[in-house]
Amino acid sequence: MSIKANSTRRWRPPPLISDPRLRWLIIIGVVVYLYFALSSININVDRLIRGLDRGSRMFAGFLQPDFTTRWRDIQAGLIESLTMTVVSTVIGVIISIPIGFGAARNMAPMPIYLFCRGLITISRTFQEVIIAIVFVVMFGFGPLAGVLTLSFATIGFLAKLLAEDIEEIDAAQVEATRTTGASWLQTVTYGVLPQVSPRLVGLSIYRFDINLRESAIVGVVGAGGIGATLQTAFTRYDFDIASAILIIIIALVMTTEIVSSHIRRRLQ
Amino acid sequence: MPVSLEQDRRVWQRYDRATVLKRWAWWIVSTVVVIGCWQIISGATRWEFVADAPQQLAQLVRRAFPPRWDYMSQLWKPLWDTVNIATLGTLLGLIIALPIAFLAARNTTPHPVIRIIALLIIVVSRSVNSLIWALILVALIGPGLLAGIIAIGLRSIGFIGKLFYEAIEETSIEPIEAITATGASRFQVLTYAYLPQVLPAFTGVTVFRWDINIRESTVLGLVGAGGLGIALNASINALQWDRAGMIFVVIFVMVLISEWLSARVRKAII
Amino acid sequence: MLRLEQIVKKYPTGDHALRGVDLEVPEHQVMALIGPSGAGKSTLIRCINRLVEPTSGRIWLKDLEMVSLNARELRRARRRIGMIFQEYALVERLTVMENVLSGRLGYVGFWQSWFRRFPQTDIDHAFMLLDRVGLAEFADKRADALSGGQRQRVGIARALIQQPDLLLVDEPTASLDPKTSRQIMRLITELARERNLAVIINIHDVPLAQMFAQRIVGLRQGTLVYDGTPEGLTADRLTDIYGEENWEGQFKAEEDPATEAQAQIADARRFDPVV
Repeated sequence: MSIKANSTRRWRPPPLISDPRLRWLIIIGVVVYLYFALSSININVDRLIRGLDRGSRMFAGFLQPDFTTRWRDIQAGLIESLTMTVVSTVIGVIISIPIGFGAARNMAPMPIYLFCRGLITISRTFQEVIIAIVFVVMFGFGPLAGVLTLSFATIGFLAKLLAEDIEEIDAAQVEATRTTGASWLQTVTYGVLPQVSPRLVGLSIYRFDINLRESAIVGVVGAGGIGATLQTAFTRYDFDIASAILIIIIALVMTTEIVSSHIRRRLQ
Repeated sequence: MPVSLEQDRRVWQRYDRATVLKRWAWWIVSTVVVIGCWQIISGATRWEFVADAPQQLAQLVRRAFPPRWDYMSQLWKPLWDTVNIATLGTLLGLIIALPIAFLAARNTTPHPVIRIIALLIIVVSRSVNSLIWALILVALIGPGLLAGIIAIGLRSIGFIGKLFYEAIEETSIEPIEAITATGASRFQVLTYAYLPQVLPAFTGVTVFRWDINIRESTVLGLVGAGGLGIALNASINALQWDRAGMIFVVIFVMVLISEWLSARVRKAII
Repeated sequence: MLRLEQIVKKYPTGDHALRGVDLEVPEHQVMALIGPSGAGKSTLIRCINRLVEPTSGRIWLKDLEMVSLNARELRRARRRIGMIFQEYALVERLTVMENVLSGRLGYVGFWQSWFRRFPQTDIDHAFMLLDRVGLAEFADKRADALSGGQRQRVGIARALIQQPDLLLVDEPTASLDPKTSRQIMRLITELARERNLAVIINIHDVPLAQMFAQRIVGLRQGTLVYDGTPEGLTADRLTDIYGEENWEGQFKAEEDPATEAQAQIADARRFDPVV
């Protein structure tokens, strides 16, 4: 043990990316990107200063929300949002189950698998509002377009997770069921469903929360719900009405989230 | 033996008369609720419009396909804006969410009252959709990229903050005790004992949120907050469905790339 | 060197972990703290550096009263007390070197530690300690790549780089196999002797305690029930500490010279390149 021999040893923490060329490439790339990205924002100082004034009015509106002036619109919008959430979650879950099975590699033949995966990918790629635009064109303005939008979005979310669950199930249980001579449908109900159903129920409740939140915005493109009323309030700068709607939305989302997390905990 | 009795009950639930009745009641009530909800929606729907939905769809497809490929030359700028809204918005959300997460985690919060305030910020941010944040910001600071970035940032605070503080609460206590015992300061304990434990989760969550934000930022333009949504809105208002179709193609490709990228990064961390 | 006066710890849950413990540890003494699970051993040594706040009582580290210190003074006092843990308590995603250097955190500023700019003397000391515990070539390995025994050696190096006066050791061998346990205990006691440290080892393995400690203190339900030499720890005394049990085998295994010699030879072979 010689202290002297050691005393000249230097130490630097090993870098995260060991190849120095790659490291510098990434650092320079990030800096260059940030430079161009930040410089592409046009900041209009005048507008921001006016914004400060509006901000204070918005804040004042929050302290004194106006529930009464447009209460009938708000009420109608809220009822629409809630009913859309309920119906679309139910429809979405019911359709998700066969699609989820079809999208599981270990369950479905190739053509069905590809079809279901394609459907899921489209549903997941496009934001709800874009899908709502298409449905509004097809079915006209109103909550039906919203219901179909949210159902379609639910399929992308739920069927994908369900398919992943099914692909990871215990194969032995399925085999055991199949060896009894059970049909495909019997194999599914006795060998597969019991393995995935608890999580499916939990995810459906979770999706209910998401649908409620989304139902507040599809109205922006005319697909029903509170969104249209909210947008009107903002475009007219009726901040006290907008605040009232926002407060209701936040309270509603928080309540359902507390209830649903309570239910999900009890299921587990 | 109350415990075994309760267990018996759980095992034999299917054959318990009261439970069977309760289940039936539950199903009936749920069905009635759903049908009631459907009635409301049905009442607000004009079915004569629904009847010609197939024709509408056929017309839409006919008009949108083939997409106008040469419109792409005008889409590069909105595409660049959309990516920037998502990326800078995620960064903004990350910067704000990081301290809030440490204030909201039970084991790192300086005071219970501060914890409640931090949790409140997270809940409010989460409850409000990014499109609604965009509505607010466009009304406040005017249309444009900045409103979109801030909207995405504000929505991301809640998502990132919640998952971050859950990760912080799951850290193991031993290394934290050990670093504390060396006489390290509060911030040194954070950086040496907490941060290495939560860094993989933090990176994964941020990249995941970026991926979601790419999707969200495609529609912010519909309310004036910049990006592809503005072009989409203009095309639809002018009924130029071939242009809208082109925008759909661009969004589709962009989202697929971002999803692939974020999945790769998350896999690399583990 | 260390004096505890009437240390009481009552947890908010109502657990009465310590019921007035008086204890004095002179310089250079290796003291083992034994007792059944839940006797308050862990709580007692955590009270000394106030990882657990004692409910009442006083703790003197030389002339410094620990309980009344404010946060800043407490951090300074903790630098003088090294601690070694049962589950090693390394920061797994940091390298071995970073783990060892984290023992110097009390001496460097925040930004210095953030950028890992430790003084060269600390780095020299860290390399010396890594040589001493036989892990020099592992300096840039991540801590989670090491085996249990290796991790505990990093833990030892981290405690010693503080240049403490007192070493608190919490169940250092509970997660290790019997052979590694002996090696670790030997390493701790040797290093303590080299550096003239007082050591409190909290341990449930009585034979190991007898083998390596100069003094044994027995704790039962938060009260001291034995304080004496390893040799004085007879079957009756063990009954005082742990309760009624046939203690015959306990002594036989330990006094068997053949096994002892064998283990030592094996240890020496294993340790050769290091010592």
